[in-house]
Amino acid sequence: MAVTADLPTFQPGAREAHPIARLVRRRLAIGVLTLFLVSVVVFVATEVLPGNAAYAILGRNASPVRVRALETTLHLNRGLFAQYWVWISGLFDGRLGNSLLNGQPVWNLVEPRLVNSAVLVLVTGVIGSLLGMALGALAAVRKDGWFDHIMSLVVLAATSLPEFVVAIGLIILFATDIWHLLPGVSLLPPGTYAWSQPQLLVLPVATLVIVIVPYTMRMMRAAMVEALESDYVEMARLKGVPEWRVVLVHALPNAIAPTIQVIGLGFLYLAGGIVIVENVFNFPGIGQGLVYAVDGRDIPVIQLIVVVLAAFYVVMNILTDVIALMATPRRRIAR
Amino acid sequence: MTVNAPAVPPAAPPSRPLRGAGRRRSSVLLAAVRTPRGAIGLGMAAMVVLAAVIGPLVAPYAPDALVTLALGKPNGQFLLGGDYLGRDVLSRVLDGGWVLLVMAACATALGIAGGALAGVSAAYLRGVSDGIIMRAVDVILSFPQVVFALLLLSLLGPRLWLITIAVGVSHAPQVARVLRSATLDVSERDFVKAAELQGMRPIKVMAKEILPNLISPLMVEAGLRLTYSIVVIAGLAFLGFGQPPPAANWGTMIYENRIGLSVNPWAVIVPAALIALLTIGINTFTDAFARVVIGVDRRPEQAALIDDLGQELSK
Repeated sequence: MAVTADLPTFQPGAREAHPIARLVRRRLAIGVLTLFLVSVVVFVATEVLPGNAAYAILGRNASPVRVRALETTLHLNRGLFAQYWVWISGLFDGRLGNSLLNGQPVWNLVEPRLVNSAVLVLVTGVIGSLLGMALGALAAVRKDGWFDHIMSLVVLAATSLPEFVVAIGLIILFATDIWHLLPGVSLLPPGTYAWSQPQLLVLPVATLVIVIVPYTMRMMRAAMVEALESDYVEMARLKGVPEWRVVLVHALPNAIAPTIQVIGLGFLYLAGGIVIVENVFNFPGIGQGLVYAVDGRDIPVIQLIVVVLAAFYVVMNILTDVIALMATPRRRIAR
Repeated sequence: MTVNAPAVPPAAPPSRPLRGAGRRRSSVLLAAVRTPRGAIGLGMAAMVVLAAVIGPLVAPYAPDALVTLALGKPNGQFLLGGDYLGRDVLSRVLDGGWVLLVMAACATALGIAGGALAGVSAAYLRGVSDGIIMRAVDVILSFPQVVFALLLLSLLGPRLWLITIAVGVSHAPQVARVLRSATLDVSERDFVKAAELQGMRPIKVMAKEILPNLISPLMVEAGLRLTYSIVVIAGLAFLGFGQPPPAANWGTMIYENRIGLSVNPWAVIVPAALIALLTIGINTFTDAFARVVIGVDRRPEQAALIDDLGQELSK
């Protein structure tokens, strides 16, 4: 019942048995089950389907001796369940084996990339959500004005553009022909951290922000329009509350809850978006690492990165639902 | 139920009984084309499709012939200049679209068919089938689309059919979610109950009574998924997972000519602009269509998510 304790105290009806606590338990159970199934899918896809990973790596004409040796390193000579067990327990105690390409421990390769991608996602997520909410609220307040109309077209265009087209556009604008302001490609060697040269983050973050803002903005606008047309806003206006206070104190909090879910979706999108964007800008994150690994059939690295991305997805999903519920006054007391 | 009414109205449009649905549907499509948005969107997409389809026939040079200077500037003979190896950019642009279009269309068809099958049966059959289908949906949804495709590609290498299937399969769960929530709504209606009481078999009820009433959300989904298919397939080509090198492909062209961006930017700008025009066009038309049938500018996928939450709470 830790969730109950976290609830804001002004909610009188929130004391008894909790739909939210029940929902959180349910979501957690489904999440754990999903993660387990995801791990099975990743394992089956990478190790079982193509006959044998050793042949996939060494090529079809590999000498039997080399295949046998690699099979032993990959534990392929054991039963399926034993193989899965070796792999899944490795995920928990950190013994993930070595990269097939250069023999280094997988974790040493992935860890700095993971940190870089986390920085990228976090910075983008925070900037994107705040910007999206601000623009959405503005469009709603000036509903059907010129700002609203222009924004609705911009949103439509931005939601249809592929990330790499946005990225290329930004590179053309800011890194080559027109203004040469920013580095178009990061020259950070893999294994270093992004914050050593923060200007390298600017274009990747800008690209991802442009791609996620429209979703947040559109939802914020819809929710805000609804809130502004509601009875309680009417009431506040009739009481003579100043308009800025009506917007910020009465309407805004009620519009944020539905928006949180879309912000969550934005973070989920980022898990996939970084794969493309990191490769455009040569940014040393897990997205770039994944493409390298798929190119070189570096199976242990693929497995780890895919599982990490999927886990992020599942955890974010649960988190978003729970936060959205807790932020909705009328859903908190639902039963 | 008034307590936890979703913040936005439910996803499914008011469904109509079967009678006359066909005529109304085509008039709805026409109505979408008549809106300014619909006309502009359709026009943009049609231009790109036309270029991609007749392009290979009118291209002045072979797409893989080394005919000009590497990264040569545009001139009278080579209207868009040369690419990084000295091939004619215009010819490669004209030749590099149709494979992308065919793959995107197949992936979309696969995703819509699979998703519709899964979503409608999950909602109508309920119980165990619903549980199993929705768990499978959760599992596939846990992979970002590009990552899911890359995972499959890591097995067999970048085969075009594998990319198409991977993208199609990664669409299915999202389609399934939207259609499940729409089906839950339709299957409560009287004409479905009437068919059931006549002893119609569940498969027939789904195919004859429920599916025809889901055509509008299905078409909106198809438009959205087509946009995303193009985005993902072009993105994979950009990452190097597409047709093997000498072949022209808009995504690949952007990647390979990136190094010459300051010398001959047209080799990057033109394929990027075509992809942009295509996706914006399709999405704009879909948006116009959705406005005509549903009446709000709102993604059905978002509504489905919020509906799910509402349903779970009211259990």
